[in-house]
Amino acid sequence: MTTGAGTLKDAMNEAMRDWVANVHDTYFLLGTVAGPHPYHAMVRDFQSVIGIEARAQILEAEGRLPDVVIASVGGGSNAMGIFHPFLDDPGVRLIGVEAAGRGLDSGETAASIERGKPGVLHGNRTYLLQDDDGQITEAHSISAGLDYPGIGPEHAWLHDIGRTEYVGITDDEALEAFQLCSRAEGIIPALECAHALAHIQKIAPTMAPDQIILMNLSGRGDKDIFTVAAHLGVKL
Amino acid sequence: MSRIKATFDALKHEGRGALIPFLEAYDPDAATSMAILEGMPSAGADLIEIGVPFTDPMADGPTIQAAGRRALKAGATLSRTLAMVHDFRQENDTTPIVLMGYLNPILAYDPARFCLDAACAGVDGLIVVDLPTEEADLLAGHAAENGLDMIRLVAPTTDDERLPIVLKGCSGFVYYVSITGVTGTRTATAGELAAAIPRIRAVTDLPIAVGFGVRTPAQAAAAVRVADGAVVASALIDTLANSLDEAGRARPDTVRRVLDQVRDLADAVRARVTTA
Repeated sequence: MTTGAGTLKDAMNEAMRDWVANVHDTYFLLGTVAGPHPYHAMVRDFQSVIGIEARAQILEAEGRLPDVVIASVGGGSNAMGIFHPFLDDPGVRLIGVEAAGRGLDSGETAASIERGKPGVLHGNRTYLLQDDDGQITEAHSISAGLDYPGIGPEHAWLHDIGRTEYVGITDDEALEAFQLCSRAEGIIPALECAHALAHIQKIAPTMAPDQIILMNLSGRGDKDIFTVAAHLGVKL
Repeated sequence: MSRIKATFDALKHEGRGALIPFLEAYDPDAATSMAILEGMPSAGADLIEIGVPFTDPMADGPTIQAAGRRALKAGATLSRTLAMVHDFRQENDTTPIVLMGYLNPILAYDPARFCLDAACAGVDGLIVVDLPTEEADLLAGHAAENGLDMIRLVAPTTDDERLPIVLKGCSGFVYYVSITGVTGTRTATAGELAAAIPRIRAVTDLPIAVGFGVRTPAQAAAAVRVADGAVVASALIDTLANSLDEAGRARPDTVRRVLDQVRDLADAVRARVTTA
């Protein structure tokens, strides 16, 4: 990426430019549940395999549905994948964890729902980080996968009808959860997923011991060890 | 009668097409872009298209992207773009002004208030690149109430089934995007244009302007041979960009160089009258 500011949204702009220029022999594929219809719906349907399997397996293992389903949200594909098969289960709380970056009110955040306003970008109407003039602002997160100033439009809708909840987790909180999971479980979570883990640390102590939390740990953190090391001041 | 209709009617009477040069508001600064805007009519612009800077200009190639970045850095906003038009109208009440931009700044401004303010400032038409026909109602009613033309984009990929749907809410003129692609990259051949324009004429009586890829006087002359107007954007912005100093500031001859190029384009478009 050399155009614009070289961020994920610039890459999306460039993909669309390439697509319209080569529309006769090019297929547009976006890796998240955003963008023009019907692409976000297609990504949702393919991603929801994890939700269909998780719902069946928890019923088999526990004989009941989870109390909470939780996932991190950038564009929102892994969250939509796990949420979607639970949408018609009103007893299941669905929590999307946005990257608050340096803090929801720091001006350096990727929390589109919590700090964005409705607008139109990349062919969809959704919550966008933008200034008062409707110019799109850059998102910030320690995790490259959450570094997008918008969110899939279906998340925006689920938020508006109150079916899902969205919370913010900061870079520092995600870093702590990354380390805790690595030490305690021997699982290195992706920094994206560490945001959801950090929120679990917050809500689990408030829940009853027999309640069930289902989290979509959708990626491994091997790719993130250099980022984490740099933040912790460790030389690898 | 709207300025756009009056202009195209007068040109039809004259037997020639329109030259529609483009400038990006506030590129590279407010004063320079205002001087270019004010100089364009006497350099031969029949209509003028003003680009409204946006952070994510998805339909634009590298040239206009860079113009947008310079403009935003210089403080461009939608309301300041309207203020430019308002100032222009103090001296010029005839040359139509069309704003070309993206939807989100209009949504942030509020579509109803924007259409009112744009009309009051002296804007004549709107081209909103990322507003598809299916969603056009969000702006079309407010535009119509304020006498603003909604100029729709038609591309080579707009097939015969979709063409009447796109043109249904179109007024002022039709903007034919002559290539599949973004601004300032490729140029349609005379043969491609000769095949494409009659297909649109069969569906509408509106004038048709050709844009995306019209760079040289010869290309502009070729475009108005089959269509009713030629939009030249990236070629003018390239001239502006090449005239800037190392820090990206306008030099004393920036305005003159851009306007000289407008003059060359206008000469080519008008020469058609004598060669026809």
